[in-house]
Amino acid sequence: MNKKVALTGNEAVALSMKQINPDVVAAYPITPQTEIVQFFSSFVANGQVDTEFVTVESEHSAMSATVGASAAGARAMTATSANGLALMWEVVYIAASNRLPIVMPVVNRALSAPINIHCDHSDTMGARDSGWIQLYSENSQEAYDNMIQAVRIAEHPDVLLPVMVMMDGFIISHGLENLEVMDDESVKDFVGTYKPDHYLLDIENPITMGPLALFDFYFEVKRQQAEAMKNAKDVILDVAKEYKDLSGREYGLFESYKLDDAEIAIVVMSSAAGTGKYVVDKLREEGKKAGLLKLRVFRPFPHKEIAEALKHIKALAVMDRAESFSDFGGPLFAPIRSALFDVKNDIKVVDYIYGLGGRDIVPPHIEKVFNDLEEIKETGKYDKLVNYLGVRE
Amino acid sequence: MNKKHEKVIAPDVGWRNVTRAGIIPTAGNAEYYETGGWRTKKPVWIEDKCIHCLLCWRFCPDSSVIAEDGKFGRFDYEHCKGCGICVNVCPSDAIDFIDEGETSEGRNDGE
Repeated sequence: MNKKVALTGNEAVALSMKQINPDVVAAYPITPQTEIVQFFSSFVANGQVDTEFVTVESEHSAMSATVGASAAGARAMTATSANGLALMWEVVYIAASNRLPIVMPVVNRALSAPINIHCDHSDTMGARDSGWIQLYSENSQEAYDNMIQAVRIAEHPDVLLPVMVMMDGFIISHGLENLEVMDDESVKDFVGTYKPDHYLLDIENPITMGPLALFDFYFEVKRQQAEAMKNAKDVILDVAKEYKDLSGREYGLFESYKLDDAEIAIVVMSSAAGTGKYVVDKLREEGKKAGLLKLRVFRPFPHKEIAEALKHIKALAVMDRAESFSDFGGPLFAPIRSALFDVKNDIKVVDYIYGLGGRDIVPPHIEKVFNDLEEIKETGKYDKLVNYLGVRE
Repeated sequence: MNKKHEKVIAPDVGWRNVTRAGIIPTAGNAEYYETGGWRTKKPVWIEDKCIHCLLCWRFCPDSSVIAEDGKFGRFDYEHCKGCGICVNVCPSDAIDFIDEGETSEGRNDGE
């Protein structure tokens, strides 16, 4: 039974965790994620979940405890934001490299300095090469749905990689929205019971995890890890299909919005995609062939599918809610532009860095981007490869 | 193949067949990993001075002092990393500590 409820993003994610009922949750507060583990702690206190709730003294410990629990054979979770993720850094890589199917909601928040608690993607974009699968959510509904699917993706035998589920700090985490949630039994059946093939508490079959591997074996282990990430793409699609049968909601690697006949388009992730679609609708009414690609899965990076979806576009803008300080745009720009290289269609691709530190992005900003794209389409030329949208000059 | 030369993961195995994340799927195999090559200094047993108290046996962090019939037997140089703890704890100066490669006539190196 599905039902409509009004929840904030943090409430929706906490509810998904309650329904998943993990064995272990390690918790450490950080704005704007704090509420997730706070709400979850009340489920623990009320006996609504069977979870061992571990309150730790830092995020480094939160990820370490989660890694330990997962290695022991538990379905384990933690949650974080921004500097918390940065403090986890070392162990974030260890989780992925040990192939531990941890699920971690990350509420996107700008990294310091200056200190800022609001949304951008600098935190998780930094973790893009850590070996975690990354799913970005546009709204509370997607955050809820992605959390439940993440468990199945992470634990799939062809994958066995941890998954980060992102939503935009405050914009989604603290914004009240209507969404449809499933009943506890349906979620329980969908995620099933975690049955690891190798785990440390299997006393009949003692093993060593995380051993030393130098020049003789490290490379092979990394090659395997790359293959697991490659496998994840099909698994993500299979899980999405199954989830659609259950929920009626459709998920892919990305969402194509009015792209089929589009000549100008933007690539965008998370909450700004909602604003983007609004602008696309408006431009369509004016007869402009505008479209949008909302990327859900950033790791693995669906380069072939993206190229296929965008190959007919004349002028494309990539929207980056993070700087990479490379002098070559944000972290989304380079791989999108590179994915289009083999199309050989001379697509003009420019980057717009926007919304850093929670700077609001409103329809006129995105209209400006599309206006620029119109001009690029007409002239075949652009002024700047990398643009800053919404910054004061 | 005797046990000593048995490898949990063969050194020539390709990436598809290496255990996931390098997991070692069996227990009690540390002895297959020969750490003797790490040694720069080598403990050498001086039989005449040894009182067979076995403090070296007790303190060795790598189980590289092999006792036989309740007495000092020999050093396991395939695993001894040359940390020198045995030299330090020996109450009768019965263990010499020499540079690896240094020859010492008249010394019984335990093997």
